[in-house]
Amino acid sequence: MVAAGQDGPRRVLTAVDRAARAAGLRPGLALAQAQAMVPGLAVIAADPEEDAAALTRLAAWCLIYAPLVAPDPPDGIWIDVAGAAHLQGGEAALLATLRRRLARAGYRVRVALADTPGAAWAAARCLHPETVLPPAGQRPHLLDLPLWALRLAPDTVSGLAQLGLTRVAHLVDQPRGPLRLRFGEEPGRRLDQALGYAPEPLAYLAPPAEHAVRLAFPEPIGAPETLARVAGRLCAMLAEALARHGLGARRLDLVFRRVDGLDQAVSVGTARPSRDPAHLARLLTERLPQIDPGHGLDEARLSAPRVERLGARQLAAPGEEPDPDAMAELVDRLVLRLGPGRVFRRSPVESEWPERAVRRVAPLSPATGVTWPADLPRPGRLLPVPEPVAVLAALPDAPPTAFTWRGTRRRVARADGPERIFGEWWLAEDEVAATRDYYRVEDETGARYWLFRDCLTREGARWWLHGLGEA
Amino acid sequence: MRQAGRERQLAALREQIGGLAPEAAGRPVLSFGVDPIDTHLPGGGLRLGAVHEVLAAGPVDGEGALAALFVAAILARLPGPVLWCLTRRDLFAPGLAAVGLHPDRVLYAETRRETEVLPTMEEGLRHRGLAAVVGEVARLGLTPSRRLQLAAEGSGGLALVIRRWGAAVPEPNAAATRWGVTAAPSPALPVPGLSRARWTVALVRARGAEPRTWLLEAPDAKGRLRLPPELADRPLAAPARRAAAG
Repeated sequence: MVAAGQDGPRRVLTAVDRAARAAGLRPGLALAQAQAMVPGLAVIAADPEEDAAALTRLAAWCLIYAPLVAPDPPDGIWIDVAGAAHLQGGEAALLATLRRRLARAGYRVRVALADTPGAAWAAARCLHPETVLPPAGQRPHLLDLPLWALRLAPDTVSGLAQLGLTRVAHLVDQPRGPLRLRFGEEPGRRLDQALGYAPEPLAYLAPPAEHAVRLAFPEPIGAPETLARVAGRLCAMLAEALARHGLGARRLDLVFRRVDGLDQAVSVGTARPSRDPAHLARLLTERLPQIDPGHGLDEARLSAPRVERLGARQLAAPGEEPDPDAMAELVDRLVLRLGPGRVFRRSPVESEWPERAVRRVAPLSPATGVTWPADLPRPGRLLPVPEPVAVLAALPDAPPTAFTWRGTRRRVARADGPERIFGEWWLAEDEVAATRDYYRVEDETGARYWLFRDCLTREGARWWLHGLGEA
Repeated sequence: MRQAGRERQLAALREQIGGLAPEAAGRPVLSFGVDPIDTHLPGGGLRLGAVHEVLAAGPVDGEGALAALFVAAILARLPGPVLWCLTRRDLFAPGLAAVGLHPDRVLYAETRRETEVLPTMEEGLRHRGLAAVVGEVARLGLTPSRRLQLAAEGSGGLALVIRRWGAAVPEPNAAATRWGVTAAPSPALPVPGLSRARWTVALVRARGAEPRTWLLEAPDAKGRLRLPPELADRPLAAPARRAAAG
């Protein structure tokens, strides 16, 4: 199937699908010639306006990932993920999620992430369909690409090809003066934009106006303290708006308009819906150092793209149970500081194997009241990997009389055990025959260790040190 | 006579100095429930809203197992949620639960680098909902410890710093007390097995108190330390020795 549009007096193909491409059809081909090549070709009329509208709709959908999104007709979308990638677990994870979700919606897309819009444009179209170029390391990746990857007009590309310039590397080495005389500003400007030497303002979509507040400044601002004050005022305004609707924010986007058009944005997420202006402002302020004010910022816009219902509530009286919202604020700040997955609680698992007896749970998961069985003594530290020890055992089934760990020999004064633990064969097949005999031993100085002997190997039991210290 | 006069003078001076350090005055404390320690410490226990340091030193407790248990036992006797900041993954929650620290109460923050631990602790201390904040670090310098102290004063939370890895070098810092916990041989049982562990708990440094060492029984399931029964029966022994030394 192809789409055909009018180009002057001729009707030409404007877009082709995969089957048509396989049949040798390309955009720009005359429709009559295409129909001669592929009899029975399905043709629909091209509708550039509807295409652009669809692209804008898709771009608006991308706003769930980052606050700054710009459609790039005819077939691209720019997403400025600076300050927002951490919400998806990093840049690579963001690209993977984006591509997967678009694929599920029926879009075949190529995604790339780079320092500049130009480099990302080139990488998305010429490199691997899911590329992350390293920060400040895009130059070597770009040099090998063909010149059209710099978004040059077809005429310019063919003109340069006549001079023998076909790759980006060729253009980099050319003196600029003669080039400008012959082809105008375009090649040099596009090259600088891709490499980050020249700025490139993009026409970002304005997010839907729901739950958004803005402040315009008579004079451009830029001082960090001023930005923090602006964030505070916007948070207060937004909190008021959210309170009227009984909502709390789960994500906040703060966008500053820079005088040169290079918008700057930061986003933060919260673990529970919140409309506490002080808390939200504090979260945003942590991220403000990422804003590059350049020659000044003349407008700020704060929006809450994700909101959840949050009813009115009373403040906790002193001495009451700790306020769950207060804990949520702390968790938000810690997650912002350390990254997702690094703030957690530990919860018991019914497993005899010490390594499996603990699992991480979400920091705000409800308290279960469950703890580990109190009758089994357990060490204070568990070595992540048991360390082998050389032992001197008087009898095969008795605790050792001495052992050597990390090069130091310790004589065992007292011991207790064994506590036999069987392999959990329903979890791992090779554990059918695995057993561990744990011994608590105390050396002559009174230090206590948690040793075990595994009964797995044919050449005899091996001894390991697994835990240290015990109450 | 002259001796008594000097004692009075010293007491007056102590009071004056105590007045100079505002954080010391009238702060609530957490008592150990062990008489000799509580009477020895100014205020009768660990001052809340202050930084306390626990050294995990020496070949025996190089991994800080006893220090972690000592800290967990303190937290067990303090109501409210606590934050534990760490970089290593060797802390064993069942062991902490065995001295009375329930897993529902502990929020863990795992940092990538050790340098992030102290700022994370400070963030936690600024937060008023936490009863205590624990951090495991190698070093605690003067400036970071002062920052922790200020944050703890503001919220009234207890700041406990476990000094791991090369903690043998004492550094001057703003910690109100510095503790060291080492293992001591436990009494033999008539049958094979282990009795309750014993610790030598040392107060290495404290503002307003002299260094001192106690032999104690390791904490029970509620985090209570105890004097060994054979020592508890002789309450007058320690003061008598002290008078003789003075």
